[in-house]
Amino acid sequence: MDLKDYKNVWVFIETARGEVRNVGLELLNQGRVLAGANNEKLVAVIIGKDLDAAAKTVTAYGADEVILVEGEEYKDYNTDGYTNAMVKLSEKYKPAAILFGGTIQGRDLAPRISCRLKTGCTADCTDLAVNAETGDIEWTRPAFGGSIMATIVCSQTRPQVGTVRPGVFKKAQPDDSKTASIIREEIRTPAEEIRTKLVDFIKSAEEAGVKLEEAEIVVSGGRGLGKPENFAIIKELADVLGGAVGASRAAVDAGWISPLRQVGQTGKTVGPKIYFACGISGAVQHLAGMSSSKIIVAINKDPEAPIFDVADFGVVGDLFEVIPVLIEEFKKIKAS
Amino acid sequence: MDMLVCIKQVPDTEEIKKMDPATNTLIRKGVPSIVSPYDKNALEAAVQLKEAQGGSVTVLSMGPEQAKDALKECISVGADRAVLITDSAFAGSDTLATSSILAAAIKKLGNFDLILCGKQAIDGDTGHVGPEIAEHLGLAQVTYAAKIEIKGDIIVVNKEHDDGYEVIEAKLPVVCTVVKSINEPRYATIKSKMMANKAKIEVLSAADLPDIDTAKTGLNGSPTRVLKTFAPPKRGSGLRIKEETAGESALKLVQKLVEAKLV
Repeated sequence: MDLKDYKNVWVFIETARGEVRNVGLELLNQGRVLAGANNEKLVAVIIGKDLDAAAKTVTAYGADEVILVEGEEYKDYNTDGYTNAMVKLSEKYKPAAILFGGTIQGRDLAPRISCRLKTGCTADCTDLAVNAETGDIEWTRPAFGGSIMATIVCSQTRPQVGTVRPGVFKKAQPDDSKTASIIREEIRTPAEEIRTKLVDFIKSAEEAGVKLEEAEIVVSGGRGLGKPENFAIIKELADVLGGAVGASRAAVDAGWISPLRQVGQTGKTVGPKIYFACGISGAVQHLAGMSSSKIIVAINKDPEAPIFDVADFGVVGDLFEVIPVLIEEFKKIKAS
Repeated sequence: MDMLVCIKQVPDTEEIKKMDPATNTLIRKGVPSIVSPYDKNALEAAVQLKEAQGGSVTVLSMGPEQAKDALKECISVGADRAVLITDSAFAGSDTLATSSILAAAIKKLGNFDLILCGKQAIDGDTGHVGPEIAEHLGLAQVTYAAKIEIKGDIIVVNKEHDDGYEVIEAKLPVVCTVVKSINEPRYATIKSKMMANKAKIEVLSAADLPDIDTAKTGLNGSPTRVLKTFAPPKRGSGLRIKEETAGESALKLVQKLVEAKLV
């Protein structure tokens, strides 16, 4: 493997029913920085069906080049088809790096691809930079439940592959006047090579509304809520702010809310603009899932709760008295 | 149905409190070693399938000699056979190297219908090893399983998704990684613990895995390398709000958020 043959920064663009997910757009913005440092191109790669709108979106968000692989077999995400397409593309174009969102899909796909390409993969990164001397990407990520940060390099093999936590980088301002060269690649995956089949989707009624991982505001409830019905005020606060509902492990373990809502090492990682932790003590495993939030607001009646050590605004008080006032005030602000 | 479960012995990350500022590494002294929690869910899933339809459960781990304790714990809660891969040539392997070693051992140990892993180990938190084992073995993978059913030679999985569960079907053999909500792992009894203590743990070394090129394992053979470790940026606590009444505190919070143009 001659490392010099490998050029350009690729961003795998995850779509959901044709719509580009935020994390891909965030990665384009940071990918621009990485590509710029090595005088390389920024390439968006999209796999799916009917991708013209998605191609327009990533162009407006700054991709120099867009590679599209379209086909009926890629309509729903499947590990085998997407791996085949990405590996073939990578072998043909030899990118220096491929960035994936650290989502359920990205974390299923990235290690499978990197393994087939016999290269390294770094998971769930919270920072990316380029080493000025070597040109290698420096992938920084938390480990041991967020107790330590590690910076990882993949200096001897290409492409360098990694997943990046949603919400840690900002999207650029879209610019519809931008242009990109669009490359359509014909890559077929035979039906018998796709060994998993999506047969149904069970939509959880609780899960309507804003996606937890993409929300700009997350309102989470914990043990302090006392009982499942009390999640209603968490939901009301989230609704008035246009945010998503989250929960601590204690609340999920108690059976008060779906595990899909859990924020933390065991659950989802979020990085919203504002994170409200209501009645959550702030165990290490919870902090691992939300500490990259821009602003943390804690509401807890226990002044000793560790959540206050990381909160930008810490309200010491009974959440059942504090939250209703917040709801009223935010309603007033919204109305004005 | 013959199943294999990959498990990892990890430090209990909830008990890690301090970093050594001189070396920028974690102080591991006094931190208990445990079976990584999601791996316990994977084992429980396998044991439940065995109870429902017969078969066997093999647990496999790679690690130092002391990881035998973790494997014994697995036997105490239902595993039939336990195998430890241990060799200094493998120490410091990253996920690609680790998965290649585990896959080679799985090939050697037999033909399994289902290979289960936790969704990730709680020390590295990568979630790579399951999909990478599947790739090395040329098998299909289903990750983030919250429910598993076996219908003949088909596995039906409810796979966690953003706003619900995808129902995925695949023909066995399959590699499947599981999330915590799939089950509640059982506890060992005093009797099962005593039995497990006497159980024999099979040991494999590099010499037992001729397919593995040790130039591609360990710290030096791994494609990724840790350049540095450091303490996470301290967020530090910001403004503490405690007015006369909770209502006044709430109003002050709103005022602060408005001032900072956050709402």
